[in-house]
Amino acid sequence: MPTDVEKWKSEAYGEEVRERLFEFAEAGFDSIPDDERDAWFERFKWWGLYHQRNGQEGYFMMRIGTPNGVLEPGQLRVVGEIADEYARGPGRNPIFGDAYADFTTRQSIQLHWIELSDVPAIFEKLDENGLSTQQACGDSWRNIVGNPVAGKDGQEVIDAWPVIRELNETFKGNEDHENLPRKWKVSVTGSADGSGQGDINDLAFEPAYKAVDGDGAAGGEDVVGFNVRVGGGLARNEPRFARDIDVWVPPERVPDVAGGLSGLFRDYGDREDRYNARVKFLVDEWGAEEVRETLQEEYVDFELESAGRDVREEYTYNAGEGERNDLIGVHDQKDGTNFVGLNVLVGRMGAADVLDLADLAEEYGSGEVRLSQRQNVIVTDVPDDALEDFLEEPLLEHYSPDPSPFMRGSVACTGTEFCSLSIVETKNRQVRFARWLKENAELPADVDEFHVHLSGCTASCAQPQIADVSLRGMKTRKDGDPVEALDVGLGGGLGEDPGFARWVTQRVPVDEVPGAIANLLETFADRREEGESFRAFVARHDDEELDAFVDPEETDYEDPMMHNTKRTWYPYAEDDGLEDAPPTPADD
Amino acid sequence: MTTRLRVLDDGAWISIDDGREVRVSELWRLDAPDFCGCDLADLVVENFQEVGVDGSRVEVRVYGQCIACGETGITDWLPVGRIRGGEFVEFDRSCVRRTRRD
Ligand code: HEM
Ligand code: SF4
Ligand SMILES: [Zn+2]
Repeated sequence: MPTDVEKWKSEAYGEEVRERLFEFAEAGFDSIPDDERDAWFERFKWWGLYHQRNGQEGYFMMRIGTPNGVLEPGQLRVVGEIADEYARGPGRNPIFGDAYADFTTRQSIQLHWIELSDVPAIFEKLDENGLSTQQACGDSWRNIVGNPVAGKDGQEVIDAWPVIRELNETFKGNEDHENLPRKWKVSVTGSADGSGQGDINDLAFEPAYKAVDGDGAAGGEDVVGFNVRVGGGLARNEPRFARDIDVWVPPERVPDVAGGLSGLFRDYGDREDRYNARVKFLVDEWGAEEVRETLQEEYVDFELESAGRDVREEYTYNAGEGERNDLIGVHDQKDGTNFVGLNVLVGRMGAADVLDLADLAEEYGSGEVRLSQRQNVIVTDVPDDALEDFLEEPLLEHYSPDPSPFMRGSVACTGTEFCSLSIVETKNRQVRFARWLKENAELPADVDEFHVHLSGCTASCAQPQIADVSLRGMKTRKDGDPVEALDVGLGGGLGEDPGFARWVTQRVPVDEVPGAIANLLETFADRREEGESFRAFVARHDDEELDAFVDPEETDYEDPMMHNTKRTWYPYAEDDGLEDAPPTPADD
Repeated sequence: MTTRLRVLDDGAWISIDDGREVRVSELWRLDAPDFCGCDLADLVVENFQEVGVDGSRVEVRVYGQCIACGETGITDWLPVGRIRGGEFVEFDRSCVRRTRRD
């Protein structure tokens, strides 16, 4: 039997939802009929609006999809202004204040506390400035990701930006592809560093060379295009890397192949069980070969090429070793200017800082900024002679191009602050962890990157399985009382041979986690082989040895959020009980 | 009138008549010998799988983990509350929950 969600989607989904959304916004939140709330909240996701968790009734998270993380000149300012004006709610975050933007692991932007009545004004402002929330959530083509500095990166094999733009134009608001069985996450990468993280997406295009002649037959000159992988994803304790389906495509045919695979997913994906719906499960069932055959026979009208020669051996992004594990710092652009990656701790930036950064990007660069999959921001097009002054700007003390490895390596998801699925508090906790580790833990002198990713549940929005240290929300009892806890995984990473973290230690009370990481690092420093990376060190130990290295311990780190933060209406409120929850916002 | 029961947002909560009633991240005490070896499982509720009704009793199957022994899996049907006069009344969360035995 199709699920209720499928039924709702078949009745109304996609473009048409916008009109109804505006009607509800006009008439007020209460105008949504009582017995249609579930249905409308599900449909609103297609327009980037996700109802915040219980206790925050009537407030929405709004996601703005920025393809490849590209914010054209002026757009960051618009985001800052919208955050400043509309992303204010009844709760104030003790670290980030009361208006902020989140840069996400899929190169998008999330705002919180959005009221329905403000949505038309926000959409109008976004539209005027070339921004959109369309398909940012829901069962469809999500924000397309890639190497954020596509088109500029000195290390680029092929410029993926025109390809991404074309895909975005083709598949946003495309009736044939607007209602898929589940989310559809696409990555297109043109650089040799692996920074598009294709391996953990539903569909990945990765740079590859293929010898083809003028008629497309094999044996001609080497041409740059893309190899295709399908069925990656991290969620629900079922992580998968995308599988190689032995297809190479030239850039001009990417939309045909992408549309073919999205069509295949639309028609063959499981619409009866949402837990089994992601394409990774279809690839499990069919195998890569059958995916290829079906694509060839039913969805494209030209002969597919077999896979070309990839550049995976050069991948370093999130790889746990080698150069350029992230895009922080000053790097060369093709055109002789520079891009400067700035660390945004856990991806969150106050609205005032967003506006300041927009000013700096205009003053020193072209006004453009780009977002990475490590929740950081990159200012592009900075000429050599402006570099020195830019790096001395006070804002860069906080958003540093040269941060402590513990700040630089931190990624965290939304967690109990706003998210329904969460088990524990996340962003503020990761900030506290990073600050404590910076003061109290040590890395060997030759190690300058160390990634700690914290996800509040198994959905894995913070991509914990591809970090040096993976933290995932759990509970435990401490002295008999229930407390928030974290499972600890080690040694995950992408690169030529990606590997998921191994979950070696379960249910560590949150206040013992920083001590556990410090102890682990001490053992690493003592026992590593000369020049050995943390990932390699983990790889040559078994789970039991690693569990012993983790060694949880109370320290002077104090965690103010040990209790069930989900039982609050807002974890940081003075009167935080669910019975103190603010009323649904009135229409104004 | 029939009661509308749904698992929504990827198993994050149980909707009863379009209202959010039962949520993940709670700890439940279970008398569920099929789930793990503990006398009473101490279950972290991570994902709702299914919701149903048995008479007036609302029941769910959940994915979770017993934090006493580490066992993970999907439980049998567990009662979470009752529909009384058209309204949902949640059972006391600190009480032991028993799987249906028929
Ligand atoms: C209101 C907060 C959020 C909710 C309710 C939410 C919900 C979910 C759910 C249900 C999944 C599992 C998807 C599946 O199995 O198909 C998921 C996965 C994921 N989400 Fe979120 N999410 C939230 C915030 C975020 C944020 C801040 C990001 C950053 C862009 C994000 C990016 C991701 C990523 C990268 C995954 C990884 C797993 C995969 O690809 O399978 N989400 N999210
Ligand atoms: S990982 Fe879980 S807790 Fe964190 S944002 Fe995603 S769904 Fe929410
Ligand atoms: Zn047990």
